[in-house]
Amino acid sequence: MKNAVGREIPERIGDYALKPYEGAYAVDPSKEPVHSLRTAAKPAAGGTKLLGTIEEAVRACGLKDGMTISFHHSFREGDEIVGQVLTAIRALGIRGLRFAPSAVVNIKNPSIVDFVKDGTIDRIEASGIRGELGDAVLAGLMEKPVILRTHGSRPRAIEAGELSIDVAFIGASAADSYGNATGQIGPNACGSLGYSFIDATAAGRVVVVTDYLVEYPCCPASISQQYVDYVVKVERIGDPEKIGMGAARLTKNPRDLLIAERAARVMAASRLFKDNFSFQTGAGAISIACTKYLEEQMEERSIKASFALGGMTAAIVEMYKKGLVRVLECSQSFDAVAARAIAEEPGIVEIDNALYANPFTKGAMLDRLNFGVLAALEVDTDFNVNILTGSSGEMMGGLGGGPDVAAGADISIVCLPVIRGRTPSVTKRVFTCCTPGETVACVVTEAGIALNPRHARYAELKEDLERANLKLVTIEELQKLAESLTGVPKPIETTDKVVCVVEYRDGTVIDVIREIKRG
Amino acid sequence: MEIKKPAVAGSLESSDCQITVEPNPGQGISVHLESDVKAMFGDSILETVHTVLKELSVPEAHVELRDRGALDCVIRARLQCAVCRAAETAYDWTKEDA
Repeated sequence: MKNAVGREIPERIGDYALKPYEGAYAVDPSKEPVHSLRTAAKPAAGGTKLLGTIEEAVRACGLKDGMTISFHHSFREGDEIVGQVLTAIRALGIRGLRFAPSAVVNIKNPSIVDFVKDGTIDRIEASGIRGELGDAVLAGLMEKPVILRTHGSRPRAIEAGELSIDVAFIGASAADSYGNATGQIGPNACGSLGYSFIDATAAGRVVVVTDYLVEYPCCPASISQQYVDYVVKVERIGDPEKIGMGAARLTKNPRDLLIAERAARVMAASRLFKDNFSFQTGAGAISIACTKYLEEQMEERSIKASFALGGMTAAIVEMYKKGLVRVLECSQSFDAVAARAIAEEPGIVEIDNALYANPFTKGAMLDRLNFGVLAALEVDTDFNVNILTGSSGEMMGGLGGGPDVAAGADISIVCLPVIRGRTPSVTKRVFTCCTPGETVACVVTEAGIALNPRHARYAELKEDLERANLKLVTIEELQKLAESLTGVPKPIETTDKVVCVVEYRDGTVIDVIREIKRG
Repeated sequence: MEIKKPAVAGSLESSDCQITVEPNPGQGISVHLESDVKAMFGDSILETVHTVLKELSVPEAHVELRDRGALDCVIRARLQCAVCRAAETAYDWTKEDA
């Protein structure tokens, strides 16, 4: 069957019935009470929940074959918790697990691929499967397709009962022996633990894993003791060098700077750019540069923002310190500066990832967002955006919150160069559709700005940008320019086997990825 | 044009292509291609190589390409340069005026 963005998807894969994508705002939530496996409990005997090893915790949780386990990805590529927990589970002989972290980052030694090959894991659901695992999955590693969900869709799926977590392992840079835990202090501080709030309240059992045990009560505490069954202290939760990355340096690439400046000009030209506006820029090279240019525009016109949202960077913390933004709502901290800032500044706060982006609650913060700046691998002439797969069929990224931001923000701005090397990024048809074109207001490239005539704010934005003398082109012109530079690439060949299901934020299927044929 | 000695042009930088041209006595044209974008543009690159060699009237050569996603115009230029160096001759710029 074909969905509303014209993608051919199967009706059923094994026992998973696919609901086709119908439109960005077309589906209503169920009227059922939200789902959780959390049970009532009595306080832990002896006033401590501390266990000696991860094995003990896994046994105490009653983890069995076929159950679902979860993690957050806030330690990024420095994470060593996932590897330690999976190694312990394998040693106990437990198999066939569903692995449902907020995202899979590229961890090595051990690699997730090893746990799939030996049968410890047989299903994966996450926002992205970066690195070695992603490439192995595209090459047909797994029997069951990986389900990819946006950051907003994960808590939605948990509350809808589509993803029930039996045991959540929550890594913390500091915790006490009774389960209060945080990512804000300790030698391996990672900042916001926003992804784990839903796991703490909805999982059957919750294990906090830390390498830095503090006196009771741990303060600040992001994860509350009332949800935590066990605490395990390990030697180390990760590689401090990779967890505590400093502020990302500003790119010097002139093309990226040009695109970033142009995106900031689009925002500044909009009638929504006035006191108390709100924005989200993200962590890519263009995004960080765009933050700096936005700062210049705000200072020039003496405009202050009410809030900045989502993944936080040093560049935005700097704007806060200058008094340019009143509140930073951090669902994730992208660098060490942003990680520490939550504990230090009253207006920089950690938020639940569901509050950030869940489409089926009484209100996510991104519904109140004026501007969202988004990165992309590819965009096509229907304004559909690909943020997952590279043009030669490799897994390049995760869904993250991109599709959520595009749907929530008044004006979503996709920034990308028209070509990367010899790879065209503005194409006739993206390889994987992740964000539907109807939610994309404009595409900003080094060759001009293309507005989407199908977007709700098209007329207003066109008027504003023309008044500011910003160069407008059509998306077709950008596509033709890209093709004239690179030539027409040979399409990627796939088999019929679906290896990834790309869910839209409402749980419908916007696209599938089929196994890549390697020549 | 006769290929007299091995010669190289281009670099291994992103978006460039390093091309080596060597004598290939009695064995016509042989090409070895390594490319980051082989799946998408491999055939197109090989076609360009054969076209350029024909334009320069090279009957015999062994060509090795290490492509880092160079555009077609870059590949043509690097190959023309490598061939001229290998043939110990200057490029005929009058062709560009046609």
